Amino acid sequence: MTCLHLLLTLVFAVSLGTPVEIQRPRGVPLTKKQFYEESKPFTCLDGSRTIPFDRVNDDYCDCKDGSDEPGTAACPNGSFHCTNAGYRPMFIPSSRINDGICDCCDTTDEYNSGAKCENTCKELGRKEREVLQKMAEITKEGFLLKQQLIEEAKKGQQEKQSKVTDMQENKKQLDEKVEALRTVKETAEQPEKEAKERHLKAWEEQKAAIRLEKDKAKMAETFLELDDNADGFVSVSELQSHAELDPDADGTLTEIEAQGLMGGAEQVDTSTFESVWPKIKDKYHSEVSREEADISCLEPAPVETPPDEVKEPVVDNDSEPYPEDDISEEEDEDDEDEDDYHEDDDKVSAQPTIKTPEKTHEDEEAMPPYDADTQALIDAAQKARDDFEEAEKALREMDDQIRNIEKELSFDFGPDAEFTYLYSQCYELTTSEYIYRLCPFNRVSQKPKYGGSETNLGTWGSWSGPENNKYLLMKYEQGTGCWQGPNRSTTVKLTCGKETVVTSTSEPSRCEYLMEFTTPAVCQEPANIDPSPHDHVEL
Amino acid sequence: MAVISIERMGLLSVVCVSLFFSSTFAVDRGNFKTCDQSAFCKRQRALKPGQSPYRALLETLELSDSRLTLQLINDNNKVHLLLELYRLQGNMTRVKINELKPLKPRFEVPDVLIAEPPTEPLSVLSKDDNGVVLSLGAENQRLIVSARPFRLDIMEGPEVLLSLNSRGLLAFEHLRLHKDTQAQADGAEVKESVDGDQQQDEGKKDEDGESEKEEDGLWEETFKSHTDTKPNGPTSISLDFSLPGVEHVYGIPEHADDLKLKTTDGGDPYRLYNLDVFQYELYNPMALYGSIPVMLAHNTQRTMGIFWLNAAETWVDISSNTAGKTVFGKMLDFVQGSSEKPQTDVRWISESGIIDVFIMLGPKPSKVFSQYASLTGTQSFPPLASLGYHQCRWNYNDQEDVKSVDQGFDQHDIPYDFIWLDIEHADGKRYFTWDPHKFPQPKEMLQGLMDKRRKMVSIVDPHIRVDSGYKIHNEITSKDFYVKNKDGKNYEGWCWPGNSGYPDFTKPEMRAWWASMFAYDQYEGSMENLFTWNDMNEPSVFNGPEVTMHKDALHGKWEHRDIHNIYGLYVQMATAEGQIQRSGGVERPFVLTRAFFAGSQRYGAVWTGDNAAEWDHLKISIPMCLSLGLVGVSFCGADVGGFFKNPSTELLVRWYQTGAYQPFFRAHAHLDTTRREPWLFGPENTALIREVIRQRYALLPYWYQLFYQAHKTGMPVMRPLWVDYPKDTATFTIDDEFLIGSDLLVHPVTEEGSRGVTAYLPGAEEVWYDVHTFQKHNGAQNLYIPVTLSSIPVFQRGGSIIPRKDRVRRSSTCMENDPYTLYVALSPKKFAEGELYIDDGHSFNYDTKKEFIHRSLTFANNALTSSNLCPDCNFLTSSWIEKVLILGASKPSKVLLKMDGKETPVDFEFDTSMSVLTLRKPGMNAGADWTLLLQYQRYFQC
Repeated sequence: MTCLHLLLTLVFAVSLGTPVEIQRPRGVPLTKKQFYEESKPFTCLDGSRTIPFDRVNDDYCDCKDGSDEPGTAACPNGSFHCTNAGYRPMFIPSSRINDGICDCCDTTDEYNSGAKCENTCKELGRKEREVLQKMAEITKEGFLLKQQLIEEAKKGQQEKQSKVTDMQENKKQLDEKVEALRTVKETAEQPEKEAKERHLKAWEEQKAAIRLEKDKAKMAETFLELDDNADGFVSVSELQSHAELDPDADGTLTEIEAQGLMGGAEQVDTSTFESVWPKIKDKYHSEVSREEADISCLEPAPVETPPDEVKEPVVDNDSEPYPEDDISEEEDEDDEDEDDYHEDDDKVSAQPTIKTPEKTHEDEEAMPPYDADTQALIDAAQKARDDFEEAEKALREMDDQIRNIEKELSFDFGPDAEFTYLYSQCYELTTSEYIYRLCPFNRVSQKPKYGGSETNLGTWGSWSGPENNKYLLMKYEQGTGCWQGPNRSTTVKLTCGKETVVTSTSEPSRCEYLMEFTTPAVCQEPANIDPSPHDHVEL
Repeated sequence: MAVISIERMGLLSVVCVSLFFSSTFAVDRGNFKTCDQSAFCKRQRALKPGQSPYRALLETLELSDSRLTLQLINDNNKVHLLLELYRLQGNMTRVKINELKPLKPRFEVPDVLIAEPPTEPLSVLSKDDNGVVLSLGAENQRLIVSARPFRLDIMEGPEVLLSLNSRGLLAFEHLRLHKDTQAQADGAEVKESVDGDQQQDEGKKDEDGESEKEEDGLWEETFKSHTDTKPNGPTSISLDFSLPGVEHVYGIPEHADDLKLKTTDGGDPYRLYNLDVFQYELYNPMALYGSIPVMLAHNTQRTMGIFWLNAAETWVDISSNTAGKTVFGKMLDFVQGSSEKPQTDVRWISESGIIDVFIMLGPKPSKVFSQYASLTGTQSFPPLASLGYHQCRWNYNDQEDVKSVDQGFDQHDIPYDFIWLDIEHADGKRYFTWDPHKFPQPKEMLQGLMDKRRKMVSIVDPHIRVDSGYKIHNEITSKDFYVKNKDGKNYEGWCWPGNSGYPDFTKPEMRAWWASMFAYDQYEGSMENLFTWNDMNEPSVFNGPEVTMHKDALHGKWEHRDIHNIYGLYVQMATAEGQIQRSGGVERPFVLTRAFFAGSQRYGAVWTGDNAAEWDHLKISIPMCLSLGLVGVSFCGADVGGFFKNPSTELLVRWYQTGAYQPFFRAHAHLDTTRREPWLFGPENTALIREVIRQRYALLPYWYQLFYQAHKTGMPVMRPLWVDYPKDTATFTIDDEFLIGSDLLVHPVTEEGSRGVTAYLPGAEEVWYDVHTFQKHNGAQNLYIPVTLSSIPVFQRGGSIIPRKDRVRRSSTCMENDPYTLYVALSPKKFAEGELYIDDGHSFNYDTKKEFIHRSLTFANNALTSSNLCPDCNFLTSSWIEKVLILGASKPSKVLLKMDGKETPVDFEFDTSMSVLTLRKPGMNAGADWTLLLQYQRYFQC
């Protein structure tokens, strides 16, 4: 019905086209016809001057506003009206009249240029109506979808809101629980600590007693060794046989020096040897087992190379064979990082191996196990600790969850939260070279189709549409830096569509990307009256 | 450019290493030689002024009708040189010096002179043991050849105009055998040479002797990692010129420096060696992309020129006895009658070839231009559209991008004629091809532009990707057209496509083949509205010494050393020829080049290369183009907005205002810059840019007529003030304003945040009219002009008539049939004259069929008359005269149009405040004879 009506209108317009044109000067729209009356002088529309009517459209510009030459190119600022019956009427700058280029679909702008223009208004009108109709359908359906989205978003938001409230409630309880457990833990730890300390002290004392005994035994043994003639005395000369005891380290133990060691006496018996022993015990080499003594002497062994150190260069060598040229810088850096980790590992593992022998020598015996009471205290404390940590972890997780939801709730998802559904989604577009990925409110990225690493084209910045509707553009900023250039950024242009899809990407300026994205969320409510463009066709 | 692909990464890493990694924004000077690092320059420069070892052997003098020959001998080494002197038609003298018997021929530059210059008879006026005096014909001009030491003086009456070798700096390194091979050579010669050595002066030690240490770089020279094997050994030449009475010398482009050349004492000489200089610095004598070895000398009495025809690396030293003197010092000299006359001394040094010098004696500036034009030709007459606005960017990404930029111009009602495609348009930088993804339908794109009566330029660089799948490479290989390396293999170097070969453009067969590649069936996807841009033709070789070709590379039997500076000229020559041929010889070509040499003006336009978005770069665009204009290249421009970096909005607007009044008007931007099409800076700035581009289009008839004049006479289009005011010393150093033709004076605003400029309006007899307000100002004054961001101070000279087309359309082609408005600016004597030139705007028919209109417009005795300057020409135009503005007029009582024996009254208006008379719609055809008569009441009363 609509179509038929349109056709009739068109025929009417075309058949009456010519007489209508005659009634007003070329290039004048119907709405301004009343200003151009052939019988009267013409006053420029800005009122600046009045000229005889025969100077209207006489191909000379008389009015500053260009209003005297609507149908010629004489004025630099004039505009020409094409009726474009069957399509949309429009104004073009008067500089496009007779310039050899067909601008008006009804060909009226090229009346004297020799340009061969065809009237394409019908065709254009048909196409436009098709497009508009399609658009209207899309808008309509899109708007319905949008309502759903809004509903869902509202629901979702409420759910989340209440979830957060619930969680916050739970969190309070958790908080209390953690605090309670902390007290339990601390209460259990105090006796544990005391019992452990006690145990340790006893062990230290025991160790000291053992050490003293050992020393005494060694002293007696030494006395016997030194007392070569077994007369029950160690004499100066007997002592001199041990050059290692030389206090000034000149290689020889002189008589005076030996005497000095023996506290001025010529000889000492076992009891007086007790005062000599502390002066010599560190240097003394046993005669019986020199080899053993050597080892004990060299005990700290700083010069000895621990086996692990030998390995280290091997690890280093491993990193060398990588051909430098073949890897991109980024990869290179990664490799270096890995190498660093390797080295660190080596150092960490090497240290204990150096220290271990010292320990085993010093503490020949391990600490005895805790007694049952102490162990019970320890076990109790450990359980309190575990319980506490578990609760604390649960609290942290709860916090994270709350934070995430709050973060989500804090995003500006549009006046009616219609963009909520895009959150935590990603949309891809594959071009001839790249796969583009838009994760709304998060980031935009680009990945070569045939292998290669992903490049960040920007992370969520803000809505940046025009003032009257900022929700038409999204801005993603601070992506990967460009060589000698800025950080990559992406503008996402949103248009109404039934589907949510990335329709195109481009890079108008280096490292500044433009992405087109359709979503029902920007569909506007269709106008109440059914859009029918032909209604505006002028007669 | 999206994320860099692996392939590109590979190339980039080479590029980075070789030249792009300069951490600060400035040229990496270390990449380019100083005189000290160039062995021959160092050697020659060590030679100080003094007694010349050269002596003229007068007994060898031979004089034919117009050619005089004479042998010179270097008394140090007994090597004989042959001096040839010619008197050329049009008041020029040619001096040639070569070895009398070189071991093998030395290179003489072909293809620069448009023909063997016609000579005039020379006659000997007197001759004695000391020398010979020759007559140079009229004007009492004589050429004096002094024998011992040898020198030449050109005199007019009692005045010495110019002297050669007066400072004894003639030095000619003769070809010799390397000492390794010398043993087998003629023993006598060796002895002679050694004798020569013993007699040498201290200062000349480096020059001719053969006992120099190898470190002197005689037989090998290393710069950075590059070794120049010099199979021919030292071959450099040098000669000095003294210019008594001269304090101002100009020319020898290309340098990013002031218009007036500076003295080079204590610094490096000006260097002429075509180089791709990344991020060049301003105000220094470093070499740039092009070289024109022509210098002009000017004083209030006379203008002269020196044309040093040599294509090898060249250095020019300038010294002056008044340099450093303050104005007060000069005044003191004047008052005290100081005997010392100002003098400028110039010294040219080239690495190889011969001495071949043309001395152009003027005496008027215009005469020097016509003299030089008679030798090397004039500016090619460009298609009218190429004088419009060009929109370029590295890169317009794809067809869709091109389309949307094209539409952008229409949406914002800004005219333009050409949109440009840089290297990314080609498939893998294989020129003559299109990227199949980004530009799958080039003809569709070109047709789209053609429907808007617009055009396109695609880049075609001379480096050819070595790729067996690439037709151009395969054909060049099979025809053996590549430049060879020193070992005779194809020379290869890195450039945009990666490994590349370089066609030997010095070969005529190669050029013919290259030209044939522009045929529509060869260059697939091309159409008649596709034109060409030759970049990187220095040639640029990323991994070569100084980012160019190795000097020991071979062009047939000649070394690259010999031909280096002319390579770029040949590339543009062959490309322009290709465009002419594709149209069957009918259509005029348009080719832009970056590298150039003397004679390049015959093939198209040049631009000042990769400048930067900085205020100083905007300023330097004026002297750089002025210098080029003085030596023949009128079609010059700088990248509007600056190539590197992002311009501030103010800078961009100011650059458009300046560029709109420079001959070649193209905006261009680097790949890494943000988009800067004219409408991206808010409506106010869009309006400012639109306005000034429209001013450009309105003036196209004037620009076109000036290019016709340049093409016919060699007069530069964009000129320094002194060219038209040669006696006004105040104009001699001005390079922040300029003239377009004789009639428009432009003082662009080139300071950030400027609130006013001071323009010098020359000519005590002149008046100048502000073209925007029609306010009249007297000449010979410094005028302070307050400015806003919309101001571009332009003045029309009283006494001139400028035709404009004030109906600005989408492109120049759309304006073809539009009417003219005549701007008649009256002199104080109520006189004005001008010209109007009209043809089809694009073909050679103006030349081959005399299809043009050339009219003289004269306003005298209250009558404006159009008369035919070419009665046997025939061209019809539908353009007419819609309006005549007479500036500085008084109000007539009546205006009559006299035409075809009829008189018809013409409506008019008179603006009393500015004394502007506007004649309304006189309506005569632009090609007709007519007179407009202003009648005054008292006239009748008399």
